[in-house]
Amino acid sequence: MNQRFQVVQPGSAEASGASAPATPKNLPNRGGETNPSAGALQQRFGGAVKRVDVVWGETTVYIDGASALEVITWLKDDPGQQYDYLSDVTAVEYREAEAPIEVVWHLRSLPFRRFLRVKAQIPKGQPLEVDSVWPIFKSADWLERECYDMFGIKFRGHPDLRRILMWEQYKEGFPLRKDFPLRGRFSRSEQLRQALAQNPEAKYSMEELTIADAFEDLPESMRERLKSGERTGE
Amino acid sequence: MGLVSRPERGLITHDAGSQEGWVATRLDFLVNWARANSLWPMPFGTACCAIEFMATAASDFDLARFGMERMSFSPRQADVLICAGRVPFKLAPIIRRIWQQMPQPKWAISMGACASTGGMFDNYAVVQGIDTIIPVDVYVPGCPPRPEGLIHGIRMLQQKVYNERSSDTSIRDEMEPDPLSQLYIPPSVIDELGEPFGNSVNQTRSAP
Repeated sequence: MNQRFQVVQPGSAEASGASAPATPKNLPNRGGETNPSAGALQQRFGGAVKRVDVVWGETTVYIDGASALEVITWLKDDPGQQYDYLSDVTAVEYREAEAPIEVVWHLRSLPFRRFLRVKAQIPKGQPLEVDSVWPIFKSADWLERECYDMFGIKFRGHPDLRRILMWEQYKEGFPLRKDFPLRGRFSRSEQLRQALAQNPEAKYSMEELTIADAFEDLPESMRERLKSGERTGE
Repeated sequence: MGLVSRPERGLITHDAGSQEGWVATRLDFLVNWARANSLWPMPFGTACCAIEFMATAASDFDLARFGMERMSFSPRQADVLICAGRVPFKLAPIIRRIWQQMPQPKWAISMGACASTGGMFDNYAVVQGIDTIIPVDVYVPGCPPRPEGLIHGIRMLQQKVYNERSSDTSIRDEMEPDPLSQLYIPPSVIDELGEPFGNSVNQTRSAP
């Protein structure tokens, strides 16, 4: 919490300097200009990069699931890439019974004004596990929790992997899987009974709100009150 | 409330032949007049219906005309729970807790299609009508209802309040929900009662 933030000027690392961003026009459906990071990835990681697609001008790199953390760490730290913003972590499951489940990371490089979609395919039958990118992007915390909640994908190394949208005692499975019925697995009355059995007070903890982390940033008066043992939100 | 249908009554008047005396009926009338014109709403706004509710409370439609301008954000001081918007299962215990915290006399308005029936959200996450959790006095249809619709619902509730009698004690009966009573109906019974259902011939109410 106490780290000072570095201001990033969008486009500052581009060859032409920080120019005004232009909206691309007349993009082809397939093909078109490939994000230079895809080529750099192929050079650096070779076999771990399986395929590169360009759809509507956006580049998708298919990588080996086992090397996901390594690839994304390199994309963030390499001075020629600087993907410093993780905008989404999600997953896709297709209707086909044998099609793999894809885990998708949306990365954005502010200094280069680049967007890169990284996908890792997990074949059906394999354990749904990938490495968490939480150690390098703290924003992955809730994104990965949501992905786990909806698809049941386990992110190895996540500090607190539990449900975020559905309540923690939710027993019906993972709602965005294709084999999940739209109305859930239980009858309406059973769903309502289980929902009403929750304790609405048992939702948040001090650890979750991370007030402890923010303690030094709080106003002096509030610090005094918290030090004297005053409790909040109970 | 909810489960028991009550006989239709007009406005409380003194009937010379009835058992209720002149004082009781006049006092009821006075109490009901005061209650009906000072309903303090507990707004439970979860979706777009809450926007229409805010429009109703704002100066164009002006809920203050009905003595309701004071939003009671504490359930302890509220008279009428206005549920505006869909209620997901995760909110189900919360709306029930709020209802239990409200003191008698209390009423509930279910505003909009989602609060009344689940609306278009016939899925795994949304309660199919808040009347499965709390008793509802007035259902306001619409998606979302226009402010005129909500005001019509409020006028209906006022009419209901006017018709209450202090001699009728059952009107304040509350069913304490027993967590062990389970409210459980076997899936086979639900399918039998529920079909035909939805827009799919393959999906029943109880199972995939």
